Amino acid sequence: MQTISGAPDAPVVALDAAHMSFGPVQALRAASIEIKAGECVGLVGHNGAGKSTLANVINGRLTPTEGAVQYRVSDPAHKNSENAQASGVRSVFQELSLCPNLTVLENLRIPYRNMPRKGWRKIASQKMSDALDLVFPGHGIRPRATVGDLSIAERQMVEIAIAFADRDSEPSLVILDEPTSSLDAAIAQQLLDHIKRYCSEGGAVLFISHMMGEIFDVSTRIVIMKDGQIVDDNPAQAFTRQSIVDAMGHVAPDDDAQGSARSERELGPVLVSSAIGLNARRGEIVGLAGLAGHGQAEALAQIFFDHSSVWKSGKRPEVVFVAGDRARDGVMPLWSILRNLSLTTLPEFSKRWMVDRPAESGLVQKWKDRIGIRTNNLLNPILSLSGGNQQKVLFARALASSAPLVVMDDPMRGVDIGTKKEVYQMIQNEAAKGRSFLWYSTETDEILECDRVFVFRAGEIAAELVGDEISEENILHASFEMQEAVK
Amino acid sequence: MSGDRLRLALPVLSLVVLLGAVFYLQPRAMSYFGLNLLFNLAIPVALATISQMMIIMVNDIDLSIGTFVSFCACVTATFVHDTPVIGYMILAAAILAYALLGALIQLRGLPAIVVTLGMSFVWGGLAVLILPSPGGASPEWLKTLMSLKTPLVPIAVVAPLVIALAVHFLIKRSWVGVILQGVGGNDRAMERAGWSLVRLRASAYGLAGLFGVLAGMSLVGLTTAADANIALRYTLLSIAGVILGGGEFVGGRISPFGAVIGALTLTLAASFLSFLRLSPDWQIGAQGAILILVLAVRLVFIRKGAVA
Amino acid sequence: MTNNASEPMTAATPVRALLSKPWIWAFLAAAITFGATSLIAGSGAGSLFYAALTFASFSAIVGIGQMLVITLGPGNVDLSIPASMTLAATLALKFMDSETAMILPGLLVAIGVGIGCGVINFGLILLLRIPPIIATLSASFLYQSLAIWSNRGLRIKPPEPLAEFATGGALGIPNIAVVGILLAILAWVVLERAIAGRWISAIGQNLRAARLSGVPVNAVRFGVYVNSAVCAALAGFLLASFSGGANLNMGTEYMLMSIAVVVIGGSSIGGGNSNVPGIWGAALFMFLIVSMLNSYGLGAGIRLILTGVVIVGVVALASRKGYDV
Repeated sequence: MQTISGAPDAPVVALDAAHMSFGPVQALRAASIEIKAGECVGLVGHNGAGKSTLANVINGRLTPTEGAVQYRVSDPAHKNSENAQASGVRSVFQELSLCPNLTVLENLRIPYRNMPRKGWRKIASQKMSDALDLVFPGHGIRPRATVGDLSIAERQMVEIAIAFADRDSEPSLVILDEPTSSLDAAIAQQLLDHIKRYCSEGGAVLFISHMMGEIFDVSTRIVIMKDGQIVDDNPAQAFTRQSIVDAMGHVAPDDDAQGSARSERELGPVLVSSAIGLNARRGEIVGLAGLAGHGQAEALAQIFFDHSSVWKSGKRPEVVFVAGDRARDGVMPLWSILRNLSLTTLPEFSKRWMVDRPAESGLVQKWKDRIGIRTNNLLNPILSLSGGNQQKVLFARALASSAPLVVMDDPMRGVDIGTKKEVYQMIQNEAAKGRSFLWYSTETDEILECDRVFVFRAGEIAAELVGDEISEENILHASFEMQEAVK
Repeated sequence: MSGDRLRLALPVLSLVVLLGAVFYLQPRAMSYFGLNLLFNLAIPVALATISQMMIIMVNDIDLSIGTFVSFCACVTATFVHDTPVIGYMILAAAILAYALLGALIQLRGLPAIVVTLGMSFVWGGLAVLILPSPGGASPEWLKTLMSLKTPLVPIAVVAPLVIALAVHFLIKRSWVGVILQGVGGNDRAMERAGWSLVRLRASAYGLAGLFGVLAGMSLVGLTTAADANIALRYTLLSIAGVILGGGEFVGGRISPFGAVIGALTLTLAASFLSFLRLSPDWQIGAQGAILILVLAVRLVFIRKGAVA
Repeated sequence: MTNNASEPMTAATPVRALLSKPWIWAFLAAAITFGATSLIAGSGAGSLFYAALTFASFSAIVGIGQMLVITLGPGNVDLSIPASMTLAATLALKFMDSETAMILPGLLVAIGVGIGCGVINFGLILLLRIPPIIATLSASFLYQSLAIWSNRGLRIKPPEPLAEFATGGALGIPNIAVVGILLAILAWVVLERAIAGRWISAIGQNLRAARLSGVPVNAVRFGVYVNSAVCAALAGFLLASFSGGANLNMGTEYMLMSIAVVVIGGSSIGGGNSNVPGIWGAALFMFLIVSMLNSYGLGAGIRLILTGVVIVGVVALASRKGYDV
């Protein structure tokens, strides 16, 4: 591997005080980072700390709202993504970018824009085999296999191999976002070995992982992010596991009012329990913690689907759902605030088939005041509200129901701190009245609101914490694999 | 067995079973002449199915293919026969129109179902304008080509397989085909890699137009005349053929061989039912039943595959 | 307090409020074509209006059914409408056998056929997990065959009073149009005032979110598909009574027509948003544009082309960029 002659020491990419905001949400704040050839930068941080945003700014998919990005080949006339491509910046993300209907070698053709046309299959097959052999010796993947027929791990391997493959230009920086999440230990080790080899030969890697062992194994430098900012950027030797966890952790809330509220409530009998051991008692707030994508959302959805019907809807629903991914799971984009809010409770407040409109507007007005939705007209479209206020509507939609169980799928994404405090209080009050909550959250201060916490790892419950055991430290210990990357 | 082969196994199996049943019922069909009769209209149906396949490949659906083939047949039976230069120019313009339609659908994010539905009125209207009453004549060379006596197996069987092979090379083997399939497989990844979806969708639609034109021409070569409603059923037949042949509505999973075999199966199903002495009333219904049956069998296959 | 922001505005500019309704365009287009046609036709404005109402009724009735299906969101469309129409008409007319006493049972037969078709359609969608377009398509082959088989080329006349009802009218309004308008009002009430309407719209906007909000999604979709087939059956029954008997091609044009009136009527093709008045506006427009082109002496070809251009044009103009099919 060679770097471009004449500028061997120029960074592959350099960010200077890059800001990235999505509407009111500041996903990236004043991020400055340089990645040079031969470096492997480990990037760690909580969910929502801005890691993916940073990676997307580096690879040019996102253009920062402020600040500058410099690539090794930087032509101001071109877009960032084109410059990134020309500089050999490549990325592997968790969302697969393969075409499942094509074969492995055909998938190499897609990013390889200028492949020679004559005998391209042979070339692609050769390059694909070479890349796979290089990264994952003994992989056993045929270049002619259809991607859709491969296992998730094999697809991930193909995607990684395509990123490292020799194409129009050689890769200069490879961004890997949780690349080992679906690989088993031996194959993950092959990847780590390859990364080390690749960097020692002059390549650069940005390695995002939740596995501490891996981070320490490959990184020459570690960057820690928190709340959209880079809070630490030092050579790997400067860190210990504990210091990383400390640096990315949140400060625990200093008022312990919730703690006392927690102990005052009386819990009833077990209300629901699921096959994997998740359960909740009457009046209990149960937290689901752990890293994003470790099966919490699926477990919640399963409980909801098990206790609700696709064929009938009654006046006494057993469970209601509060969505966190508003666009995917919650908001009805064409509707007004009023209609969005009343959707779940329609059969409860209406007499028979028809919507009881006075009752509806009464209910909605009541919840608007109670939860503080900031609007002067409930007939405005829901999308006219800010993200936080939309989320309040979704809370009200669920809480207005009489259902004894409320399932919440990380419902505080993009919600400002003031709203959060209000909603925490409301949840505590509702629980005191005997409602149960199943609450998946990626934020520690929310988990600290809970009476009992299940920590998820790899689709299973890794730990159950009760009362005073619920601490940021215990949750982090249970959700990160503190041992080497062995399962 | 890989997924693609498995996908192809089912349509081949249905065709073989159906063919066996026909031969059992009517041994005389097992001859050169008999086969020619059984697969009489297989060539245009296969071409129309390939056309539909190009659209389904990019996750769209074309409800205008029947009227488009009729239109092309009318052009062939009139302009191509009388004034070939103008005739071919009209057909070329029709292909261009298809490509532009693809670009429009991508650019404005339109639902292909509704746009092609609207276009079906346009093609139908043009066909009526060109040929208000059945008539016209086939160009001589086309007639000769379609009644070519191929050795051993009649052209009605050979030609669809040759077409399938050609399309297989175009779509499954060439890099252009791979990129086009990528649109159906993961269009966001294609866009990220820097491909222009507008151009790709326009190309897929252009190819669909090309095969629609060929379907219309071959139809005239066989029937030696045309009318404005000659191919209306091809819309449904072509969709059914693609699905029968293992294609799927989303995900760019298509197979040229499967599609052609699906088309042959549907053509044969009609003949089979007439051999069964089943009243012709039931022929369309039986085609529907066969379609449902195959989809049900495929569901079982897929479920088993998922478990294994 | 909360409503103050909007009410004075709408009161001050009623014209603008009217223009903001998506269905107004279909009616405007219908009115313009009506005007243009009566200019040429001269004396026959009244009879043109009567004919337009009559023929628009059939399109409107099937359009209402199709509209609810399309409202369920991308991929939902009922292609079995023509076959359901034909089958219901054939079986009902055969059952009535021109007997006056059998009119009501005949109507029930037609509706029963519609329910059966709807159940089969949705059964295929649910059980075979095939896209609605192919499910309704393959089922329609079956219905069509059944209709051919039961029809046997015989043309059974509808009972005399039924034919009189179907062709007659009162106060310048055809009876069939009354049925169509009543159905439209019913559809409007369901969509705008009933819980079911909210559910349909919610599913069309986001099936997953609807499910997670407690909407009984399968029950709603089942109802919508059955309703579509029943509307088709009713339209078939009325059309056969109107035209003196069922014939096998009677439904053909309604496949395209049912979708066209939904699109032109201002309902969102992406689902979630339906527009009942627009169905009638579009149905009138679709008939009037044909009569206009007729009265200007244009042939069938031009008529078809212009119809197609109108549909594509409306879709291209009405769609927003970035909408996924």
